[in-house]
Amino acid sequence: MDQGPLIYRQKLATRITHWLWAICLTFLMFSGLQIFIAHPYLHFGKEAGFDYDNAALAIEARQNGDAVQGITRILGHEFDTTGYLGYVNGEARALPAALTMPSGRSLATGRVIHLFFAWVLVATLTIWLVFSALNGHLRRLIPTASDLRNLPRDIASHLRLRFHHTPDYNVLQKLAYASVLFLALPLMIATGLTMSPGFNSIAPWLLDLFGGRQTARSIHFLTMLALILFFFVHMAMILAAGPLNEIRSIITGWYRTDPETGGQDDHAA
Amino acid sequence: MITRRNLLLGGTALSLSGCTLLDSLTGDSGMRALLQGAETLTMTAQRLLLGDALAPEFAESDIRQGQHPNGSTAVDSPEYLDLQAGGFAGYNLAVTGLVETPLTIPYGQLTAMPARTQITRHDCVEGWSCIAKWTGVQLSAILDQAKPLPTARYAVFHCYDAIERNLSGEVLYYESIDMIDAHHPQTILAWAMNGRPLPMANGAPLRLRVERQLGYKMAKYVHTIELVDSLDGVGQGRGSYWADRGYEWYAGI
Repeated sequence: MDQGPLIYRQKLATRITHWLWAICLTFLMFSGLQIFIAHPYLHFGKEAGFDYDNAALAIEARQNGDAVQGITRILGHEFDTTGYLGYVNGEARALPAALTMPSGRSLATGRVIHLFFAWVLVATLTIWLVFSALNGHLRRLIPTASDLRNLPRDIASHLRLRFHHTPDYNVLQKLAYASVLFLALPLMIATGLTMSPGFNSIAPWLLDLFGGRQTARSIHFLTMLALILFFFVHMAMILAAGPLNEIRSIITGWYRTDPETGGQDDHAA
Repeated sequence: MITRRNLLLGGTALSLSGCTLLDSLTGDSGMRALLQGAETLTMTAQRLLLGDALAPEFAESDIRQGQHPNGSTAVDSPEYLDLQAGGFAGYNLAVTGLVETPLTIPYGQLTAMPARTQITRHDCVEGWSCIAKWTGVQLSAILDQAKPLPTARYAVFHCYDAIERNLSGEVLYYESIDMIDAHHPQTILAWAMNGRPLPMANGAPLRLRVERQLGYKMAKYVHTIELVDSLDGVGQGRGSYWADRGYEWYAGI
């Protein structure tokens, strides 16, 4: 296949903030799971039900005769998850050591890691917003009218793993990146702050918005799962679209485009 | 030499490294101190933003269960059990340290002082929350009587409960707050919960409520409030049983 021109696609601020997020989100996920196992339940409401049940998810260890079972309950349905969730490696633990940071049980250390990287995440998002507003990057993430017209064709070509290497992001890329940056990350920060008893005193409306502190905690967890899903799709797309070119562009900024690509409307089937 | 076995081992080590990477953080280290700097940032930010804003208060209908007890749920020292047997009639709250007028306030006098009742949400550091109604005397009213000296910077709470027993003996619970939280209108010494005298499991006869922080700040079974100018001499130097064990001293998040 012929090669098109090499273009400077990602500015320095875009690349640096991208990698800062990658680092922050990795640490936040593993330390967040450490915090989660201190109370491996997801409740919906203002409080956690002890005398009543408002848990959509519960991960428990249960004595069954001589054996201990790991039991995971999702919306009232019980699953035996011995060895994976609830009871792992002969220990009553909601999640395996490989999923928490630190690997052993330490809520205190999990919180130290989590709250440090939470600040770095907020700082990175702020820096990114300022730079992206100034250098035009923000505009590149908003789908245009012609993007939306191309949406069905873009979905079809993604499904056939045919990628067009254009100077601009394609519409699915725009939608994916914009949902992470404008929805998921702000939602993580807002639900995180809603769990802060201090912050509740100046922003009690956040509690009403999310339906209570425990619901905010559950949304925080579910958004984390959505971000993990994004990560795997992101990795799959990079592998499918040409990993060397994609990774080069997010490290050095330089990206090899397709030769015939004059404009983004050129979607040869 | 690269064998298949080595490759597999390498792969396992790699897949675990993400999580074991910061395992050394559980001990004291420069790295931990660096990451813990975020606590200072959080406290500074919350002090600037919060002012004396009140924690959300809830309706009677939000009280759907008892207060889930955690930490110490009973005290077994003879002194405490004697007081409990007498309905705490013989209990005295001591106010000591950097005050003009050290106080000894009998239980009957505490419960006769003007009381504040608040329905608030208790947030445990573990992640759960529980809503209950607390009635007690504002800490600021007690401090007004004791008249803290200008050098007083922290109120330290000494408690009856042995939170830990080890070879060198017992560790009795201790906690501290600064004068800003001490004077906050919702900071009370509660002697009743959900309209009844405080149960043993929830800290009878007297527990602290600091509504804008996490549950471990709200010392139970309090017998003495000591005003100090530094936390150096309190516990292992961080002024709080849990802060001495790696948790944040300022628990607003």
